[in-house]
Amino acid sequence: MKPDDKQIKWVKEPKLGLSGRMYLGPLLDGLATTARHMLSTARGDGMTCQFPEERPKFGNPLIYRGVHRLNKDEQGRVKCVACFLCATACPAHCIDIIGTQSPWEDREKYPQSFVIDELRCIYCGMCEEACPVDAIELTALFDLTGASREEMIFDKEKLLSVYDATIEQEPMRSRQGAGGQGHSAS
Amino acid sequence: MSSWLEPLIKTGLVVAILNGAVAYLVLVERKVAAYIQDRLGPNRVGPWGLLQPLADGAKFIFKEEIIPAGADKVLFLIAPVLILATAMVTFATIPFGNLIPWKGGTITLTAAPNMDIGLLFVFAIGSLGVYGVVLGGWASNNKYSFLFSGSLNMETIIARQAQTGWWWFAVQPLAFGVFLVSGCAESTRLPFDLPECEQELVGGYHTEYTAMKFGMFAFAEYLHMITVAVLTVILFFGGWHFWGIAPYTAPENVTWLGAVMHIVVLTVKTLMMIFFFMWIRWSWPRFRYDQLMSMAWKTMIPLGVLNLLVCAVCQEFLDPADMLTRCVLGWLAVGGCVLYAAMSAAPQGRAADVSPPVRPL
Ligand code: SF4
Ligand code: SF4
Repeated sequence: MKPDDKQIKWVKEPKLGLSGRMYLGPLLDGLATTARHMLSTARGDGMTCQFPEERPKFGNPLIYRGVHRLNKDEQGRVKCVACFLCATACPAHCIDIIGTQSPWEDREKYPQSFVIDELRCIYCGMCEEACPVDAIELTALFDLTGASREEMIFDKEKLLSVYDATIEQEPMRSRQGAGGQGHSAS
Repeated sequence: MSSWLEPLIKTGLVVAILNGAVAYLVLVERKVAAYIQDRLGPNRVGPWGLLQPLADGAKFIFKEEIIPAGADKVLFLIAPVLILATAMVTFATIPFGNLIPWKGGTITLTAAPNMDIGLLFVFAIGSLGVYGVVLGGWASNNKYSFLFSGSLNMETIIARQAQTGWWWFAVQPLAFGVFLVSGCAESTRLPFDLPECEQELVGGYHTEYTAMKFGMFAFAEYLHMITVAVLTVILFFGGWHFWGIAPYTAPENVTWLGAVMHIVVLTVKTLMMIFFFMWIRWSWPRFRYDQLMSMAWKTMIPLGVLNLLVCAVCQEFLDPADMLTRCVLGWLAVGGCVLYAAMSAAPQGRAADVSPPVRPL
């Protein structure tokens, strides 16, 4: 690319006015800005969220990527059809599925065991994107803690219980139209 | 009171108060910084974080002291002590109030009262500290601003302002400006923290210090800030004088109430000054080294000389009581400087007709 290329936009430094050249105007400007922030914080408009006492507010909890849950269908069965797409998509290789013959008429397979290592997970949401039946979703639970590594390996029951705990606040993505572009569940 | 007991008590008082003040200034600084940045600052240790200084102190004491293998042990150990000691000693001549009545006489609230070279003493000691080395030249400008007072004794300086009722920032705006800038530089706080560069370097000269020794460097920095703030108040904002509530009182009729008012006024003014320094620190970016140099040599020193000139003319031709004319002259000089700066300042930024640099790819 030549310096006189049409696509290069040369930007000139703005000319400083009288007060700018004396540093004074801009310096006073700076003081005014910080004073404004100081006063607004003193009035209680600070950014700080007092975490353990106060829960942070999410703009849209539906798009937050926290702990996973395994969704259930209308009859309370696990929605997952053990297609392994999420496990394949997962960049951290932290999803471990054992699929087996489904006991139900409407699908061939279901996960006999479905384990996610929440410590290895990088919460990228790829599994959620990959799932063709919206069976796996990331919730807005962000303060996951545990006393041991074993505790942080979530099996199917635990993932289903996360569904029970969060479904009230966070409806399934496939059901809410605009928010999710997923396919509708069978 | 016996002659040796009085200074001893006063010294003890000053040291004790300074220790407490510095510890809490750190908290105040953190709070001010937080509020400016829309945060809340320390608020978990005690109500409003008021016990934070104690926690910090305990942490400093219990941390591991490391002496680097290659360090000159004696120098390494003595440096923080020296810095702290010199920072403390400057307070010997700084009055922290006016007079208190005592057994028919009065006691001056200065650890080493009536020192005729008080101000020079402060600057001399101040530049002993390592802090002063790089920017020491700045401090040496300062003396011009004080020729006006005709005295370097700080009690006298305050008394003059109190008697006339004119604070000298109004009469001596130029000197005030120069002093404020060099004061900031002297305390190596943000717009002039070139030896330290807190944000992006590991910490400058005190990188290798740990635990309480590191704490002592921080301590000394805050002491310097208090010194500069008190000096500004004493020299330019009337010290303990405030019209109405803390007027000038002749030594014969000093009362306890008056004495307390004087201390309160001085303290409040100093705290406001300190707050101003903190506010500046969290508002302005650091000067680049060449900007600092050009400001020191092309602005501060000429201003100092000009101020000297105005003062000399005033002293020679004006009635000592005629403050109004001095005030007008002083501000005229400021106006002149502003005009001069505006006309002569080199245009900033890239000139319009400079073609873009041709770089081979
Ligand atoms: S969020 Fe990402 S890393 Fe975590 S399980 Fe899903 S695909 Fe794997
Ligand atoms: S959760 Fe979804 S993507 Fe993963 S195996 Fe089950 S159906 Fe397939």
